Amino acid sequence: METQLSIRDLTVDFDQGRQFVRALHGVSLDVAVGETIGVVGESGCGKSITWLAALGLLGKRATLSGSVKLAGTELIGASEKQLSSLRGGKIAMIFQDPSSSLNPVHRIGHQLGESLRLHRGMTGEQASAETMRLLDRVGIANARQRLNEYPHEMSGGMNQRIMIAMALAGEPDILIADEPTTALDATIQAQILDLLRELSSENGMALVLISHDLGVVADMAERVAVMYCGRVIETASTDAIFDNPTHPYTRGLIAALPDLEGPKRRLASIPGTVPPPDQLPPGCSFAPRCTHATPLCDVALPALLPVGPDAGHSVACIHSGPMRVEKSKAPARQSVTAELEPA
Amino acid sequence: MRPLLSVRDIKRHYQVRVPGGFFGRDALLKAVDGLSFDINRGETLGLVGESGCGKSTTARLVMGHIPLTAGSVAFDGQPVTARHDSDWRAMRRRMQMVYQDTLGALDRRLTISEQIGEPFAIHEPVMTAGQRHERALSLMDSVGLRADMARRFPHELSGGQRQRVVIARALALSPDLLVCDEPVSALDVSIQAQVLNLLDDLREQTGFAALFISHDLKVVRQMSDRVAVMYLGKIVETGAPEAVFKRAQHPYTKALISAIPTPRNRGRRERIVLEGDPPSPVDVPPGCAFHTRCPLAMTQCRLDTPLLSGDGDHLVACHAIHQSAQSAPLAAE
Repeated sequence: METQLSIRDLTVDFDQGRQFVRALHGVSLDVAVGETIGVVGESGCGKSITWLAALGLLGKRATLSGSVKLAGTELIGASEKQLSSLRGGKIAMIFQDPSSSLNPVHRIGHQLGESLRLHRGMTGEQASAETMRLLDRVGIANARQRLNEYPHEMSGGMNQRIMIAMALAGEPDILIADEPTTALDATIQAQILDLLRELSSENGMALVLISHDLGVVADMAERVAVMYCGRVIETASTDAIFDNPTHPYTRGLIAALPDLEGPKRRLASIPGTVPPPDQLPPGCSFAPRCTHATPLCDVALPALLPVGPDAGHSVACIHSGPMRVEKSKAPARQSVTAELEPA
Repeated sequence: MRPLLSVRDIKRHYQVRVPGGFFGRDALLKAVDGLSFDINRGETLGLVGESGCGKSTTARLVMGHIPLTAGSVAFDGQPVTARHDSDWRAMRRRMQMVYQDTLGALDRRLTISEQIGEPFAIHEPVMTAGQRHERALSLMDSVGLRADMARRFPHELSGGQRQRVVIARALALSPDLLVCDEPVSALDVSIQAQVLNLLDDLREQTGFAALFISHDLKVVRQMSDRVAVMYLGKIVETGAPEAVFKRAQHPYTKALISAIPTPRNRGRRERIVLEGDPPSPVDVPPGCAFHTRCPLAMTQCRLDTPLLSGDGDHLVACHAIHQSAQSAPLAAE
């Protein structure tokens, strides 16, 4: 499949005055054309930072390295002018809280018109016709009346639809949705997820769905990346992640989730808490909370390596390596030792 | 056996001003509109519903934090009023609350051991500071907080740890009833499981009853002995969790359940996507409040408010369900 966006070894360091704190430790991800990829993890794992960094939205305090290529164009180190023509155009982003992303003092029609003018150069009649079409597209009834309303006059679900309409204004190839339904009620969440699914399949738009909710990701994504402490620790097709989770953290997350079906069971909680980014352990950052950790885990930084029978299933855990060695012999052992030496 | 908490037809209405006319107009917001339930000793009732359905208002009414517009709340036979007199304070000692926003619920200028010891300072003034500290340490141990955290302040703890402090404080006086208002909504999945397991263990040890409020059906199913589903200030369905979640009858409950994606049911759940938003509680539609979004709505639904009824414990407030239940035995004959 053709790659739309490719992130390679992306690191982000935040200048905190006295010290630099690394929030991302070399994240590599690919998004194929038209694909829906889910990014899950707990708060502070870097799932949002990755995409804010990719779009150059982190401000001056962040130092980036690595590479982010959008259809061949390098975004890291690109000028502000280049970036702003891409943002909202080829690549759009929507956020968790729609009412704070919209401008409270402008009418909906004005805000949508602005993005059409910026990204498609539309004005006047043409712009207002397109605005109506977009509102209609995202399922807002009586669009003509809504154009004259302010964000506070609408519900959270409606505002999120407006945000999606605005993101669609630039006809993006890739839409990044950062917790798009977290602030919404369950029945409204179902509506918005349906809308996103429909839009991405109709327009062939790639969708990056960032969420802490494993259910939402399982429902929407074709491929999932699980992040922990600024690293991708497991990535695979949605079926492989949920049917055959390999990293202890992924397994822990799935086991910690209460379910609506099946027999009631005691939740398997992951002990401890996520370490703060400036106090990460030297080895695997999950080791202090991991029930399978061995002394080796405290010194060796596991690399994200292919595992198991499914193509594209990679895991960053040294214990998934040897297990695989037993099945398929040599190459895995080499890569594990290769990873150990520099550390 | 007399239930520990008995709530009968409680209502809470607010006078609000809504846009309309030059200065706006008066309107009545019916946050809670005729709610009845019982909680027995040691039992956990889960209350679910979407935002604005009146879950948290119910919690505050039950605790006597705000006055009732109509109806009655009785705790162990005694009426709970919003008059904060000595009777209420004595009762309050036996009913405690756990909140969602832990930073807001804790005093940020008190250390952890002072916070947890504060209920003793209020209700058992004879205790010395040293004794309070001792008790606080043993409570901290029972909720899984390390003793070296006793001197820390709330902002120095993580969200999950703060929730443990709130729980320890609520359990300090061994209450009979714990009202938990979205206790794990602000926590990450792995921490959420820790706190839910903790509540489960403590309930086993101390046997408190609980009113467990959450918007998350999965969490409510995990924690409750009985479940009540709310929509716009009323209970639309109630029963055992297995009955309500596996054999949901009310169209709203069905839609709510089908709207919850879980890794287990991915790709094969029956999907009912409701149209539109819930109506505002200022403009609750007449008849059944759900009829504007209901796939089964009939003329009767616009006119009469359905009552909770059914056989056994599983009660539903829906005309369509009642009708088919009535016609089913006839058809069989």
